[in-house]
Amino acid sequence: MTTTPLHRQLGLTDDEFARIPELIGRAPSDAELVMFSLMWSEHCSYKHSRRLLRRFPTAAPQVLQGPGENAGAVDVGDGWAVALKIESHNHPSAVEPFEGAATGVGGIVRDILALGARPIALLDSLRFGSLESARSRHLFTRAVAGIGHYGNCIGVPTVGGEVAFDDRYEDSCLVNAMCVGLVRSDGMLKSAAFGDGNLLVLIGNRTGKDGIGGASVLASAELSEDDADKRPSVQVGDPFTERKLMDCCLELAGADLFLALQDFGAAGLTSAASEMAAKGGVGLDIDLNQIPLREAQMTAAEILVSESQERMLGLVAPSQLDAVLATCTRWELDANVIGTVTSTGNFTARHNGEIVVDIPALALTDDAPAYDVPQVPADPPTPLRLDDIAAPDDLAEAWRALLARPNVASKRWIYEQYDHLVGANTIRRPGGDAAVVRIPGMQRALALTTDCAERHCEIDPRGGGRATVFEAARNIVCTGARPYAASDCLNFANPEKGNTGWRLAEVIEGLSEALESIGVPIVSGNVSLYNESPARAIYPTPVVGMVGLLEDASTSIGHGFLADGDVVILLGGGRARVDASEWVGDAIGAPERPNLDDEARLIAAMLRLAATGRVHSAHDVSDGGIAIALTESALAGNVGCHVHLAEDRRNDEVLFGESGGRILVTCAPDGLDAIRAAAGDTPCAVIGTVGGDTVRVEIGSEIVSLDLTDARAVYELTLPKAIA
Amino acid sequence: MVAVVRFPGTLDHDSAARAVQAAGGTATGAWHQDTELPAGTTAVVIPGGFSYGDHLRPGAIASRSPIMDAIRRHADAGGLVLGICNGFQVLCEAGLLPGVLRTNATTSFVCRQMTLEVIDHDTPFTQGLTDTLSIPIKNHDGAWFGDPTTARIVLGYGHENPLGSVASAAGVANQAGNVLGLMPHPEEAVDPLLGSVDGLGLFRALVRA
Repeated sequence: MTTTPLHRQLGLTDDEFARIPELIGRAPSDAELVMFSLMWSEHCSYKHSRRLLRRFPTAAPQVLQGPGENAGAVDVGDGWAVALKIESHNHPSAVEPFEGAATGVGGIVRDILALGARPIALLDSLRFGSLESARSRHLFTRAVAGIGHYGNCIGVPTVGGEVAFDDRYEDSCLVNAMCVGLVRSDGMLKSAAFGDGNLLVLIGNRTGKDGIGGASVLASAELSEDDADKRPSVQVGDPFTERKLMDCCLELAGADLFLALQDFGAAGLTSAASEMAAKGGVGLDIDLNQIPLREAQMTAAEILVSESQERMLGLVAPSQLDAVLATCTRWELDANVIGTVTSTGNFTARHNGEIVVDIPALALTDDAPAYDVPQVPADPPTPLRLDDIAAPDDLAEAWRALLARPNVASKRWIYEQYDHLVGANTIRRPGGDAAVVRIPGMQRALALTTDCAERHCEIDPRGGGRATVFEAARNIVCTGARPYAASDCLNFANPEKGNTGWRLAEVIEGLSEALESIGVPIVSGNVSLYNESPARAIYPTPVVGMVGLLEDASTSIGHGFLADGDVVILLGGGRARVDASEWVGDAIGAPERPNLDDEARLIAAMLRLAATGRVHSAHDVSDGGIAIALTESALAGNVGCHVHLAEDRRNDEVLFGESGGRILVTCAPDGLDAIRAAAGDTPCAVIGTVGGDTVRVEIGSEIVSLDLTDARAVYELTLPKAIA
Repeated sequence: MVAVVRFPGTLDHDSAARAVQAAGGTATGAWHQDTELPAGTTAVVIPGGFSYGDHLRPGAIASRSPIMDAIRRHADAGGLVLGICNGFQVLCEAGLLPGVLRTNATTSFVCRQMTLEVIDHDTPFTQGLTDTLSIPIKNHDGAWFGDPTTARIVLGYGHENPLGSVASAAGVANQAGNVLGLMPHPEEAVDPLLGSVDGLGLFRALVRA
């Protein structure tokens, strides 16, 4: 009988294993090998995506911190910075959805906290299989409960996000969480360690055996049938401790008592400490016996890689240690000096008096392998032939049925379980294009959204990447805010197989082109690969979290119709197509690739419109086409409308077709001249008026209408019924 | 001066302090380990949150904190005490208000703008308030359970009763009317920018005291 060598059990290839002695000059100890296996995992090292990620535009005048720290940050004026990051917690959520999703929230909050920033808003981007599947219903409802449990208890409002259901996510659900925080620009903390003799202080939870190997076991391999066995790899969250940790760390940061700060994420202490050392070009000498344990019998390797939650690692000057410990005591948090900065450049760890780890910190981080992924283009897509799709007999019934799809219907069932108000800064609540959150103490506000055009990414990844960015940007400008910064979470299947590597590269190119066209930098991000099972792979799902800046919080625009008699305008020249629409679903076809200039011009035009102060409502035309956009604005404003649409294609395509490049705007009749002038050469067509209690659309001679009371029942009851 | 009490896990202390200021008053912090209210305290607000992570029962551990003895003395002397959400739970657990707060009938957290009915205008908090108030709820354990024939129910949800409270109660006072607990969050309704200013009246009452 042969046994699999330890390095392969840990997920290292033979080549990678052979590289370790070259770097450290000897064979690694078992503890060191475990550390390498985690730090060189896809999850920690981005070894299959690192080279591609360099393409992202990361420079812009507003950038104060680009990728490379725990989170990125941009200048929002008056000496304040906004920190942002989005991150995945997909694999843990597929194994144990409540704790997986909850600890995903906890992790992203600590990333923001590590900059010394106060978390002020959360968003979640979710993908699950069809709600007809009992497993997907379980994963979905428990993940929502987990996000709510954690976010509500730590007092950070969950103000937005999005969710979609598709069979492609049946085996690999996606749980991405985004956090935004606020910090004084001159008080922003970094994670680099420095200064011989400075102290590493571990603050927060005790270290246990939970989450051992999470990064390599769960996050860097495909899921399979024995996933239940992986449950011990999932971390367990304690939001009460997280809240105390937030309060305590912000108090310490505010008093300038941290020289550096780092959170414990994937690979636990190994990752936290090696990154602090590598970034600072210093060594660290850590005594594992100083780490408070939850379980007495833990090996050195287990202590080094435990992913126990709610822990932060602060760098503290010896002269300030007493002050730090006193504050931690007041917050009823454990705090222990676990090591010191050295000049060796080595990550050194002692356990029971013996040196168990002594390796260059850079070997774990900068020397991690990097691979090119195979670039195998997929066949070009074939456009849908409308003739192959049965025209609906009854357009109104088709409209109603579209409104009743979980992907289109109201997400109120989700966001009412989240405290989206705490902090008293939420100006525009969930349910619209983007949430608007006042920056505490300032006249400015932030608009926040997460978006992804995954079906488009599957068939034309370049175009889908562009569509993703432009949808996010349109959602931002619909509130009147200027797109300002973005974070990305690239959820993909196995990059070593099929066309996935090519799709990854093309999506990154599409995202980058679009971001450049509107001057928005990527300041942070995350990659989640291997989201596939033997049965199916997910769509390429590059979720973009975007932050917009609104100069005057009181001028934000909502998506609901405002007043009887207002003029309904369609801004932008996008042409509705059924390809990649919700209407045709998985049939997809060949969606039009968004034109960079046209989209950027529309975004600029919408900002000019907003600046007139005459816009009463604005709503991006997206899933479900103009019929659904009109319905959503009518429901939000509790008033109907009557519009005329040109009969230039089949009526179902006119009503339900999608494309980028269209925004539904309303204004008072006496504001129309100002709106038209602001639109300039961007198409700006008056299509109808607000009023009545139906959404009534005339296409040529055909009249289709939906009663608002009926529409509201369908829109609001779909999700509660689907999960009942 | 209005003392805003803070336990580990309290979340709405900053919002409550801002609401006191919006009502024209001054707010000061009170720490759970303190044995006296800050000098010059004229009224107390116990804001919302998850004190002690809702461990054991919401409000149970906080209700045994040192600061609670000081708050009890303040209430016994006729001083105003306003408990919001977790603060309501703390006051019930401390025996300063009747009844308990049970898990919502939905068994889930509910965050929703509500129209509250002012049932009892005869307390220092509710004198002169309009008959209805638009104030949001956001809680997981907000279903008041108690004896509606003896308790002084001051605020109600009317027909909607989303949490399953006995008698659709949203806010309950002691018999004297100087201690009021409510599940809705008036500190989220003191700024026109956030959609409603109907919560200001309760904070003005604290400032007047």
